Amino acid sequence: MNLHAIGAIYRYEMARFFRTIFQSFLSPVISTSLYFVVFGTAIGSRIDSVEGVSYGAFIVPGLIMLAVIQQALNNAAFAIYFPRFTGTFYEVLTAPVNFLEVVAGYVGAAATKALFIGVVILGTSTLFVDISIQHPLAMVAFLLLTGISFSLFGFIIGIWAKSFEQLQLIPMLIVMPLIFLGGSFYSISMLPPLWQKITLFNPVVYLISGFRWSFFGAADVPVALSLAAICGFTALALGVIWWIFRTGWRLRS
Amino acid sequence: MAPILRINDLRKTYDGGFEALKGVTLDIEEGEILALLGPNGAGKTTLISTLCGNTLPTGGSATVGGHDILKDYRAARSMIGLVPQEIALEPFEKVINTVRLTRGLFGKGRDDALVEKILRQLSLWDKRDTPTKALSGGMKRRVLIAKALVHEPRVLFLDEPTAGVDVALRKGMWDTVAELKASGVTIILTTHYLEEAEAMADRIGVIQKGELLLVEEKAALMKRLGRKKLTVQLRSPLSEVPAALSGFDLELAEEGHALVYTYDSQAERTGITRLLAALAEAGVGLADLSTHQSSLEEIFVDLVGEDAA
Repeated sequence: MNLHAIGAIYRYEMARFFRTIFQSFLSPVISTSLYFVVFGTAIGSRIDSVEGVSYGAFIVPGLIMLAVIQQALNNAAFAIYFPRFTGTFYEVLTAPVNFLEVVAGYVGAAATKALFIGVVILGTSTLFVDISIQHPLAMVAFLLLTGISFSLFGFIIGIWAKSFEQLQLIPMLIVMPLIFLGGSFYSISMLPPLWQKITLFNPVVYLISGFRWSFFGAADVPVALSLAAICGFTALALGVIWWIFRTGWRLRS
Repeated sequence: MAPILRINDLRKTYDGGFEALKGVTLDIEEGEILALLGPNGAGKTTLISTLCGNTLPTGGSATVGGHDILKDYRAARSMIGLVPQEIALEPFEKVINTVRLTRGLFGKGRDDALVEKILRQLSLWDKRDTPTKALSGGMKRRVLIAKALVHEPRVLFLDEPTAGVDVALRKGMWDTVAELKASGVTIILTTHYLEEAEAMADRIGVIQKGELLLVEEKAALMKRLGRKKLTVQLRSPLSEVPAALSGFDLELAEEGHALVYTYDSQAERTGITRLLAALAEAGVGLADLSTHQSSLEEIFVDLVGEDAA
């Protein structure tokens, strides 16, 4: 195990994050505040409560998930795409490292950044609403698993992408709608019966449901199912990355 | 002592069907400098990329320090440093951080003293906190060399180290390579300048169309390649080489309007003075003189011709 390599990649990637710490910190704070003003105050004042929780508090887990998923995807995709774009990835390919070490370095850093943003949003939201977390350990576990699994997914996108446009394609076209339709801002029980069934095909539903359960103790789908879904997604992404490194797809000619 | 690098029938065919390496076999001894000479597209970079792990071979094998480059890639790659042909650096990162990254990637712990020594050696210490995008082209190339050296490799690949580098820097690069050799590093460099191979290498390999045409000691090869031709334009045409000049390696050319003298430019005595004196003595009138050294392309043609014969 080349631990020095994991540490080197991790530190190098985190250095990029700290170079832009101000933007990294400020933009989620502003966007979260906007969501609270629009959804929590303007619209939420007309909604009594959802599943016994005030609407403002109800959307907090969804908002955190939205940010963590986006940040994890974008950070990991960019982290692996940028060295491919500038040509510096040759040194990773010629280094004595295996795929797990490369992934641990890049995905570890991307997930760390995503979790940092998640915590910032949680902190910001306490300025607007009262929040109690019923299952803190489960909350941390869901946050970690989501950050890691979507960083893995982002890693795959970063290897697949051949241009900066493609880098944005999947996050914008597929993942964003899935998050918005995954119950970030509503409970599935608020949907018409048919849509309640259809929405179960959306994997993000399981993430947000499980995460929300860790806050309020109420979930749209069983918590065990949520956990299984996210673990399955993580395993699938790891399998794809293993295949990429074994065949050299888009990495080695 | 076993060669530090053994390449055995190494082959690479790209997905498009292009055969970049057609079975290259080569042994490189520890501590030597080997220059791979060849025109663009000859397979020089593919050979280096394959040995370093950037490209996957489609046949044959290679070992570095006895470690197979595929089966035992960790041990093999730990021994290798690569300076790529294209300058590739993360633009916003500081010089010292990008150098430290490479050391970590190759499994070595932080060593500030060594990093400082290497950066000083390459005249980069003053620029250590500069983002790489603010460096000149020559400095960027030196950063790449620093990165390639920072994990203390025993074999260093330099892929066209002086491409796009001005004359003064090129000379500096040659000095750097000489220092590295003195420290015991084995160096394989590619170039398409004969002059460069001559200045740096112990042995020279000529590669063309994915095949290694020859590998020879520099001295032997330079002798072979060092032949020049002196063309003497005559005032009046001759029907044959005058008997008085039969001691010289002369040929008639241009339908008797010119004499061509072939000589070894590396030799102590080229025989030109004697020839000119003999021509005057024989009463042959000279209109003009010109000399010509075989270009690399012509040498390749010659080599291919010899191999075919």
